[in-house]
Amino acid sequence: MPPVLESLLKIAVLVGGLMTAAAYLVLVERWIAAWVQDRLGPNRVGVPLTKIRLFGLGQPVADGVKFLTKGEFTPGQVDKILYFVAPVAIFVAAMAAFAVVPLGSVVLPASWGFDGPVRLAVAPGLDVGMLYIFAVGSVAVYGVVLGGWASNNKYSFFGAVRSSAQLISYELPLGLGILGVILATGSLRLDNIIVEQARSGTWNVFVQPLGFVVFCVAAFAEAGRLPFDLPEAEQELVGGYHTEYLGVKLMLFMVSEFLHMILAAFLIVILFLGGWHFWGLTGSAEAVSWPVALLRVVVLLAKVMGVILFFMLARWSWPRFRYDQLMEVAWKVMIPWGLINVVVVATWMEYGVQLARPWNLSAAQGMAIVGWGVLLLCWLATTIIDPTASGNRPRRDLSVNDNCSE
Amino acid sequence: MDLSILPIIPIVLLVACVIGLAVGLLIVGQVLNPARPGAVKQMPYESGMDPIHDARRRFDVRFFLLAIAFLVFDVELLFLYPWAVAGRNDECRMMNDELPAGTLSNLAADIHHSSFYIHHSPVPRPPSPVPTTNRHMVFAGAMTFIALLVLGFVYDWRKGVFQWR
Repeated sequence: MPPVLESLLKIAVLVGGLMTAAAYLVLVERWIAAWVQDRLGPNRVGVPLTKIRLFGLGQPVADGVKFLTKGEFTPGQVDKILYFVAPVAIFVAAMAAFAVVPLGSVVLPASWGFDGPVRLAVAPGLDVGMLYIFAVGSVAVYGVVLGGWASNNKYSFFGAVRSSAQLISYELPLGLGILGVILATGSLRLDNIIVEQARSGTWNVFVQPLGFVVFCVAAFAEAGRLPFDLPEAEQELVGGYHTEYLGVKLMLFMVSEFLHMILAAFLIVILFLGGWHFWGLTGSAEAVSWPVALLRVVVLLAKVMGVILFFMLARWSWPRFRYDQLMEVAWKVMIPWGLINVVVVATWMEYGVQLARPWNLSAAQGMAIVGWGVLLLCWLATTIIDPTASGNRPRRDLSVNDNCSE
Repeated sequence: MDLSILPIIPIVLLVACVIGLAVGLLIVGQVLNPARPGAVKQMPYESGMDPIHDARRRFDVRFFLLAIAFLVFDVELLFLYPWAVAGRNDECRMMNDELPAGTLSNLAADIHHSSFYIHHSPVPRPPSPVPTTNRHMVFAGAMTFIALLVLGFVYDWRKGVFQWR
C-alpha cells in the first residue's frame, strides 16, 4: 500500500472517529448532567419516523441536522472575513493536534497490503511530537480572539479577552508539567513516552504526582472545562466569544471544544497514566501482532473514556472560579508547583540511584516516595499561605467609615 | 514517496482534509439555508438592549503585564526542552559520573560538539577514549538557568505583576 494512501486512510478514520466521538460525547455529557441533577435527560430521539426510542441515541444526529439546516445569516456589524476564519481556524487547530497522538502501539504486518509495521498515528515519524501539540494548541487562542473581535459585540469581546488571558496563563503550567515527563523519558515522542512507562511498569503518575496535578489542572483550563470556563460564562457573558455565531459556525466551535477535551484526556493518559499499558494484560513489547494491538487500543480508549467521564463529573461538581482567583491559581500556585516538580525530577534523575542506595530502594521507589512527599509539602504550604485568598482580601488599612461616610 | 524522510507530509494532508471539511460544511450550510436577514436580526445581541455603541472602543486590557511575563517565561521554558531531551539520551548516559569536577578545560569544545547535535546528526562522532563533558556541569548549568527563572518570577511577584487590579 503506498504511504500516501495509508496516510489518507488513517486521516479518514481519525477525522470520522473524532467527529462521531465529539457528537456522542455531547449526549454522554447531557446524560451525566441529568444523572447528577436527578432527572431523565435526553432519551426520546431514536430512529426517525418510527416510535423506537433507542435511549436517545439519535439525539446527536438530530442536533447535527438542526445545526446544518439553521438559517445561515451573518449579523450586520461583524467583520465579514474574520467572522468566517475564526471557527475554521479553531476547528483545524483542534483536529491537527491529533496528528501525532498514537491511538495504540505499533502493529506488526498482517499482510492486508501493508509492507511494514503499522503505526497507529497519522504522522508517526515526527520527532517533536509534544512541541508540535503545543504549537498547534496555541493556535486555538487565535480562533477565540478572532471570533470575539470579529463579532463586534461587547459580550464576545469580553469573552475573547478573558479567554486569551486564561489560555496563555495556563500554557506555562502545562509546559512545566510535561517537562518532568520528558526529563524521565528523554524523548518528545508520545509513543516513546508510553513505551518507557510500559517497559518499567511504573506509570508517571506514581512517581511524579506533583507534575500530574499541575498538568491536569492546566489541561482542564486549556480545554475551557467548567471550573475554568470563564471564556463563556453563560450567566455573565451570554455565550462568550461565540455569542454572535449560529448554525454550522457554532457547530465548529462546539466540536472544537469537545476535541480540546478529548485531546486533553489523551495527553493525560499517554503522559501520566501509561497509555496502552496495563499490568499483566498488554505486555511491554513495542511492536505486537494484531490481537494484542487491538487489546491495547481498547485499554487506551477505556482509559481516555475514564478521564473524560472525570472531566464531565468535575463540570457538575464544582462552581466556577472568580476571575482573579483563576489567574492567581495559574501564576501563584501552579507555576511554583511546576518549577518545584521540574527541580525535584531533574535532581532525582541525576542522582537518584546514589540517593536511594543507602535505604535499599530502587530509583523508582525512591522517586515515588520523594514525589508524594513533595506533593504533600506543596499542598500544606499552599493551604497555609493561600495566595488566592490572602492576595485580595479587603484592605485593612482603610477604615470602614471612609467608604460609607457619605 | 517515502514518508519517513518527510514526516510532515501526513500532517499537511490532515490539515488540508480538515480545512476542506470545515469549509465544505460552511458551504453546505449556506446552500441549504439562504440568509433571511431582518433589521432586528442584524443587530448585535446584547441581552435585548439596544447597543449604545459598537465594541470597537478602547479597552483597558488589565493583563497586559501578564502577557509580557508569559512571553518571557514561555520562551525561557522552551530552552529547557533541549536539555530535558539531550540529558537523557544514550550519549549523555554514557558520560562518566565519577569524573572529577576539575576537568572543565574541554567545556568550550563540548559546546561545539554538544550531545544534542551529535545525537541527531547522521554521522556518529568517533568514540573518544575519555568522556569530555562532566554531567555535573550540565546539571549545574540547568539548575542555574532555573534559578534565574525563579529569580525573575519572584521579582515579578513582588512587583505585583500577578496581582489582579
